[in-house]
Amino acid sequence: MNTDLLDAEPTSAAADVSLAANVAPLRRARDVLFRLFLYSTIAVALGILMTVLIRTWLDGSDKLSLDMVLHKQPSERPARAGIESGVYGTLWVTGFCALLTLPLGIATAVYLEEFAHKTRWYNRLIEVNIQNLAAVPSIVYGILGLAFIARGPLGWGPTVATAGLILALVVLPTVIIASREAIRAVPSSLSAGSLALGATRWQTVRKQVLPAAAPGIATGSILAISRAIGETAPLLLIGGLTFISKNPSSLDDRYTTVPLLIYSYAVSSKAELREVAAAAIIVLMIVLLLLNGTAILIRNRYQRRW
Amino acid sequence: MSLRATGALRRRQHTERAARIILSAAALLSVVTTILIVFSLLEPTVEFFQVVSFQEFFTTKKWAPLFKPARFGVWPIVTGTLWVTAIAIVIALPTGLGAAFYLSEYARPRVRKVIKPILELLAGVPTIVFGFFALTFVNPELVKRFWPVGNVGAYSALGAGIMTGVMILPIVASLSEDAMSAVPQGLRQGALALGSSKREVCTKVVFPAALSGIVAATVLAVSRAIGETMIAVLASGQRPELSNNPGLGMQTMTGFIGSAGSGDVATGTIGYKTIFAVGTFLFVITFILNLLSIRIVRRFRQVYE
Repeated sequence: MNTDLLDAEPTSAAADVSLAANVAPLRRARDVLFRLFLYSTIAVALGILMTVLIRTWLDGSDKLSLDMVLHKQPSERPARAGIESGVYGTLWVTGFCALLTLPLGIATAVYLEEFAHKTRWYNRLIEVNIQNLAAVPSIVYGILGLAFIARGPLGWGPTVATAGLILALVVLPTVIIASREAIRAVPSSLSAGSLALGATRWQTVRKQVLPAAAPGIATGSILAISRAIGETAPLLLIGGLTFISKNPSSLDDRYTTVPLLIYSYAVSSKAELREVAAAAIIVLMIVLLLLNGTAILIRNRYQRRW
Repeated sequence: MSLRATGALRRRQHTERAARIILSAAALLSVVTTILIVFSLLEPTVEFFQVVSFQEFFTTKKWAPLFKPARFGVWPIVTGTLWVTAIAIVIALPTGLGAAFYLSEYARPRVRKVIKPILELLAGVPTIVFGFFALTFVNPELVKRFWPVGNVGAYSALGAGIMTGVMILPIVASLSEDAMSAVPQGLRQGALALGSSKREVCTKVVFPAALSGIVAATVLAVSRAIGETMIAVLASGQRPELSNNPGLGMQTMTGFIGSAGSGDVATGTIGYKTIFAVGTFLFVITFILNLLSIRIVRRFRQVYE
């Protein structure tokens, strides 16, 4: 046994300790500061969300009533101002949008995950293209709507159909990406088993993959639709910004939506109309919180760990 | 021996082929959308540049396309966009990264389960709501009161930038957290075993390992901030002002498109074409940023076994 080494150790350890004694407090202080910084970022994020919600509630709760939401049309006169046509417009536009975007998005996701050969150039093109579309600013879709759909080749005018189609294109990448993730989460042994038993691809998709991926697809779809409900920018360009005081009753009718009315009331010079805008935001936020809450609930309840 | 398909089998093959065709047609539609966007932007933009020279557009400094005499120097609205985006990133990057570190490295599972959905709710708030908040709270109560320089009015790039920062915060936070969660546990345990503190694991192990994902998240957030319209239209004002004081109102590129496009601009006029020219510029910038973000993730991603 080497006793020299044993002898030598305590001294060097002692030196270490004295060195550590100088460094440790500073290091510990930094650790604490870092932790405090992290807490403060969370506090800031939550604080802002709370401030936005509380402030809007304080601004708008006086004006908020069932009458204002469902029985009063948009008006420049504060006492008569409501959002009735916006509520119906949002229902029509979002409904049409969902009708278009959900089947298309889910079909695209199924194709990319279950049918496409990943190495083919056109499939890679589709994939990169979807990633890019997801990040195109929504106002650019508005320009597309202005040039091709409201005016130009289709010439549908500023109607429910135009708005619904444009919003469908805006949220389509969201639907596709969420559905793909849900489909990918289904274990391949499930479809392999089905195929081995002699089922075709399509039968496997319809009977095994889609049912297993349904909760995930539902979650993504709800989030996409709630995005469509709050989307405003592209509609500015396709004529949504006029006070329409008649509820739409077909796809060819002119429209306005709740977010567009919020914008119109917000830029008004009358303080009371801004309160109406705040009240409309409360309505919008309640709807969106309910939808988002449902989506999170579905995800947590039905998410299966394979 | 003949292997002729029976009726049932043939029907199944037909269904199979039909399903394949319909599904691939749906997938193709996304490509068609891109082509339509490019086409709708291109034609009026080309016509615009037949009237207005590149030189005037990119080098002169006065923006008044809808007035007489019309002036087409794009710099004032580009600076507006740059100010709003820069302020947004200054707000969102540290806050978002901090939140990501907390959720990925510090928070206990039960706390995480509460805080993550709340951040998702923040991500679900429509931008019109943030715009309204910027206009009615941030601008009058914060910027007007505390910004020391210049005569602050109802609109300011600062207020718009702050709320745009809030808007992109959840993007930075959740994408960065994804990147951090992908760092293998072994690296953390190794560093801890060598005597690192939790902070040192964060800053010296997790951060470098997740850097590509964090940079990609930031690039994506920048492109979102550049493209954000409602906050800019509501809170940043409509005066194209070439200024270096963010406390003042400045029109942004999206702000111009939003306000010019919501008026009734007649098809074919130079004002109409200007909307498309600015739109093309915006599309090109965000397109490049997105490709960059995708490339960063592909090129620099660490693959751990």
